[in-house]
Amino acid sequence: MIPQYGQYSVRPGPEAFLPPAAASMGVVLPDPGQAHINGRIVPEEEAFEEAARMFLGGTVPTIFPGPLVLWAWNEKARKKAKAIKHLFDTLKECAPTGAKPMLIPMPDYRPKYPKINPEVEINPNHPNLTIWHNKIDVCMFVGVHCHQANLSLKIIRGGTNCYTIAMCAQAGHEDACLSFRDASVEKIMHLAEWVKKLKGAVTFGAIKKHVAVLESKDRAGGTRN
Amino acid sequence: MSLDYVKFSPGFDKFMPKEYRDMVEHGPFGKKVTVSQMGSFKEILEEHPMCAGCAMTLFIRLAMISFPNPEDTITVGTAGCGRLAISQAAIPFVYGNYGDQSAVASGLSRGLRLRFGDKPKDVVVMAGDGGMADIGFSMTLHSWFRKERFTTIMLDNEVYGNTGGQESGMTNKGQVLKMAPLGKKFEKMDMVGMAKLAGCAYVATVVPNNPRRVESVIKKAVLVAREIGPTYIQAYTSCNIEYSIPTDKVMEDAKNVENDRYQFSEHLTEEAKHYLATRYGFKEYLPKPATATALPQA
Repeated sequence: MIPQYGQYSVRPGPEAFLPPAAASMGVVLPDPGQAHINGRIVPEEEAFEEAARMFLGGTVPTIFPGPLVLWAWNEKARKKAKAIKHLFDTLKECAPTGAKPMLIPMPDYRPKYPKINPEVEINPNHPNLTIWHNKIDVCMFVGVHCHQANLSLKIIRGGTNCYTIAMCAQAGHEDACLSFRDASVEKIMHLAEWVKKLKGAVTFGAIKKHVAVLESKDRAGGTRN
Repeated sequence: MSLDYVKFSPGFDKFMPKEYRDMVEHGPFGKKVTVSQMGSFKEILEEHPMCAGCAMTLFIRLAMISFPNPEDTITVGTAGCGRLAISQAAIPFVYGNYGDQSAVASGLSRGLRLRFGDKPKDVVVMAGDGGMADIGFSMTLHSWFRKERFTTIMLDNEVYGNTGGQESGMTNKGQVLKMAPLGKKFEKMDMVGMAKLAGCAYVATVVPNNPRRVESVIKKAVLVAREIGPTYIQAYTSCNIEYSIPTDKVMEDAKNVENDRYQFSEHLTEEAKHYLATRYGFKEYLPKPATATALPQA
């Protein structure tokens, strides 16, 4: 079937060895005050709730902070780092019993040969290894340069079943399953508030059910070939 | 900018892989390390996928220790063996399309000067003989003629080692290689001569078996390129695979080649000498005191 522009659904894979760029399938970036969920433009508040539900419904919810926040470039980076750490601590506090929240850094983008240690770090060139190794089913990119995030998000969608969230400081990412834009300390803290608010309201592993629903909708509507 | 960008944001230390913690705690950033201290600090380049016994890797490693300000240095390279190691170092690396590394470095160097003004940001091109003397020849030479202020280092293994042993312009006349079975028909290109002719402020040839000398030439070349003009280092970094040099004989070969046709040479303009002496205290370039003239006999 020839995909119809505007119908493409950005959801967890594994989709294909070379999944299409979501932008080429008609997915557009949100305007300020908006976000996107599976490629559908929504008010930002809706995305906060969805992201919090995904985090709490995951068995291994993971935050991947990138170089823009891991290194103390300036005061802004330090403040964002503090907010991310707060989000991680909140996630640990609020996650249902059995969930194993993780924070795995992406310190830089250099290729790592002969091998990368997927247990302790993630790299845009081999993100699937880290996701497979740690059985990560929902993750959030934050502080990763956009060109590298795009590469990584596509590899993850292509080869893993991980739900991806992008907390982007620029215009957002079409290739994430859910993307915020204009990320700031306030937005990261707001997401932490949502995680706290939904504590106890999401059952362990609920993300699996959610993804299954998405897939059945796709099958019915033919939104992803 | 400050050295803070090579420190972790608060709270993330314990999440960082050990390699990065070591780099922050024991790395060379913000310190003045020397090749004599190797083994006592975390090096910028450690793991790499190069062949066992590769002289090029040793040279790159020594060069990176010798950068005057590694935290403010960007390397530029291109296709070839060297970039496999250079791209894994803990300093930024820009990969040019085959041969355009000197053009990329020209733009980068100019951009950094506009952005950071007087704060030195060193740009160092490190590429092989094929990328520099053959495919990137015009861009290498034009960057020198334009007096672009960055350092060019040729990793001269005298062969296209990465692609199975084709001859390059830097291969010696008569040399038989796997992909040059009849032997090379013309002389090795005189890139050192061309560098001098084009007006490079500092030109040197070196082999990797003398770490202190490598350190000295790299430091001088990078410092001179900051303000005076283009600098060029040509390093003999044998390919032990294509030239069938046993791994344990690589340094012996380098020594023999140095004694034969790759003798150490150093050329500086008067301006470069004056700059190194007055700005960075290189005593060997201070003007010699005038000797007392003999009194005329009565």
